[in-house]
Amino acid sequence: MSRSTMIHDAFETAADLATATHSQRWTPGLGAVAQSEIFASSREGSGVGAALALALDAWRCRPREEGEEAEDRRAVVWVQTRAAVKAGGRPFRAGLPPEIRNRLIHVLAERDEDALFALEEAVRCRDVAFVIGEVVGSPRALDFTASRRLTLAAEKHGVPLTLVRLDGTRDLSSARQRWAVRSAPSAKPQWNWQAPGVPAWQAELFRARSHPPGVWRLSEDAGKLVSERYVPLPVRGEDTKVWSRSGLAEVGEGRTEASNAASPSPGSASSFGASVAILSPDGERVLG
Amino acid sequence: MAPPRRILSIWLAAFAIDRWRLTESCARGQGADAQPLVLITETAHGPRIAATNNAARASGARIGTMLADARTLCPSVQAVPGDPAGDLDMLEKLAVWARRWGPWSALDPPDGLLIDVTAVAHLFGGEAKLLADVHRAFDTRGFAIRAAIAPTAGAAWALTHYGPDRSILAPQDDMEARLSGLPVAALRLDEDVLTVLRRLGLKRLGELGTVGRDALHRRFRNRKSPAANPLVRMDQLLGRVPEPLLPVVPQQVPLVQRRLMEPIRHRTLLDTVLGDLAADMVRELEGVGQGARRLDLALWRVDGEVVMRTLELAGATRDPAHIVRLFGEKLGDIDAGFGIELVRLRASWAEPLPTNQADIEVAAERHGTALSAFVDRLTTRLGPKAVRRPVLRGSHVPERSQAWRPPLDPEPPSQDELRFHARPLKLLDRAERIAVLYATPDGLPQRFRWRGDVHEIARVEGPERIAPEWWRERGTARLRDYYRIEDDAGRRYWIYRYGIAGDGRGGAPEWFLQGLCA
Repeated sequence: MSRSTMIHDAFETAADLATATHSQRWTPGLGAVAQSEIFASSREGSGVGAALALALDAWRCRPREEGEEAEDRRAVVWVQTRAAVKAGGRPFRAGLPPEIRNRLIHVLAERDEDALFALEEAVRCRDVAFVIGEVVGSPRALDFTASRRLTLAAEKHGVPLTLVRLDGTRDLSSARQRWAVRSAPSAKPQWNWQAPGVPAWQAELFRARSHPPGVWRLSEDAGKLVSERYVPLPVRGEDTKVWSRSGLAEVGEGRTEASNAASPSPGSASSFGASVAILSPDGERVLG
Repeated sequence: MAPPRRILSIWLAAFAIDRWRLTESCARGQGADAQPLVLITETAHGPRIAATNNAARASGARIGTMLADARTLCPSVQAVPGDPAGDLDMLEKLAVWARRWGPWSALDPPDGLLIDVTAVAHLFGGEAKLLADVHRAFDTRGFAIRAAIAPTAGAAWALTHYGPDRSILAPQDDMEARLSGLPVAALRLDEDVLTVLRRLGLKRLGELGTVGRDALHRRFRNRKSPAANPLVRMDQLLGRVPEPLLPVVPQQVPLVQRRLMEPIRHRTLLDTVLGDLAADMVRELEGVGQGARRLDLALWRVDGEVVMRTLELAGATRDPAHIVRLFGEKLGDIDAGFGIELVRLRASWAEPLPTNQADIEVAAERHGTALSAFVDRLTTRLGPKAVRRPVLRGSHVPERSQAWRPPLDPEPPSQDELRFHARPLKLLDRAERIAVLYATPDGLPQRFRWRGDVHEIARVEGPERIAPEWWRERGTARLRDYYRIEDDAGRRYWIYRYGIAGDGRGGAPEWFLQGLCA
């Protein structure tokens, strides 16, 4: 087992789990988890963009075995259902991250069951670096059993899986990390302020096994994932948990905005109007 | 202009005889080589002489004559069947070996080698010393050679075969003048063409220039085969037209190695390392669908010694336990010295061995499946077109610039993407029509409606104009002006305007959304 190290996510005892949970904040570079889910709208490319950025970040920071010097040239598998292709298109080679351009294998599945089969086969393959899946909505086939099956297979064979759920609802799942991602305004390029810049996303980690939830602004900078945390506001009479689940969404740099009612989270209605924050330029919250 | 190339041509003047002598392991002119001996090939009219040794040549045997004719001159001549296939095999090995003088070598069958020594001569102390080194190395191996260096392969070949030995044609020399004294046979022409030239009275390279190019052009009309056209060969010789050469590529042999953190001195540790190596090697062999017939185990000791152990197997195998057990018997007498720091296992001889179906599930449970097995399973269930990978295709139109190929096919050669092109992450199968508010005729887009929603455009870059491919598309195809846009919510798209107002190819331009950026 030179390559396929197990993903060490399993906790030894319940006590470990209890103490470890919510102990450490998520940051880039923490390594891969067996299965993560990313919820995004099918009307934008943010879901797969963020999935690739997170997976590539984990892949770059993967633990190297002793004496493992060779470059990792394993394939990257991208599974799409027909519905996902119809909604958001197929991968375009010239626009892919340069590291995976020439080793991408694309799988087109007609049905959701076929996509799940392909995903499971992909995580069981030792010549695969990581797997991206793209399904639309909340298919009946993707119930908790199927999700658990994928997580266990990924954990056993050490191939991380990132499942992008386009327009999905946050149903039951065994994913180790669950994100809700939407596009964020990009940073201005140095030479042309009018042009769109390096992609940025607003990513909300709303369920993770070993991290507390939070909201980050993710973007790629010089081949590295950089994150900038939105500091949640303690709102009187509101549970922080509810707050963090509420798609706090529109909190941008130096801007004041109210949460969008279109957020798919069920908790958003209760916290509507509460999610107002102003970030000072150095990232500190100044006003709640 | 790029500096001229330097090509080293080596002619193994008596290659077949030298090789025969090496297999007989006798020195030149000694033992079996002292008697007249010829190598023959079987032809429709009986055996014909393909190569002669010095003694046979002295007694009158010539290459190309029938063996029966040679026997009348010298009844004692001994005939041995030649081995052209073996000669070619040896020549290939020599071509790879000859890369010690240059990064690139090509075969020049039946008995020559071409090596590119551009900008490497200084490593040997100049071209004259490089040639001396070549002579010395081939002499040690028992091959008689002639070698020359020239700016083109044609000139180097001509000098090796017909010029003075060890001649060097410097880049600043007048090639035409230096080579004009060589016979026309130095042009690598076919026999019949040489006959025609001889009948025309053209014997030297210099004389070809006296006739006039037009006359030769009319006389030799075959432009396809350079060997039939003296003008093409002359141009190749002088470097006026390029001559493609096929380099020899050494075969990659499966090779695995372990660099050890601490030098090991004990047998048990070595067995563990060997077990790991065998498992790695088996996986490597499984990937290329081969089984090992011969395995070389090399142990690098700390003090610089290398211990080699070779294992030959009766049949192609991929069983790690089998390999470990067989090697274990050969490792008993190894002196580890101060320790072994690097262990390498190489399958120097491998034969095709199809994957065994019986234990595929068990192996998959333990190590995961191989990529080929993964692709096989998916194509069986989802169909052959479901598993593919994107490759580049030579077109500027985005949807045509990418083709889908089976995942394990070798990638076709293509020009890389241009760095300054910013392209979307995903491309819609069909570009979707959008309604755009913009200033005609070619202003920046300001607002658009796509799938029922209105997007306010906050930032825009463009246009990048992609013209229709007139050699393929109909005349009514319109140009496209692409814009990368970001709307007020940060969503990034790739849209284009199809046509421009007043281009005479239709009415008002339409807008399409083609790609979704990350």
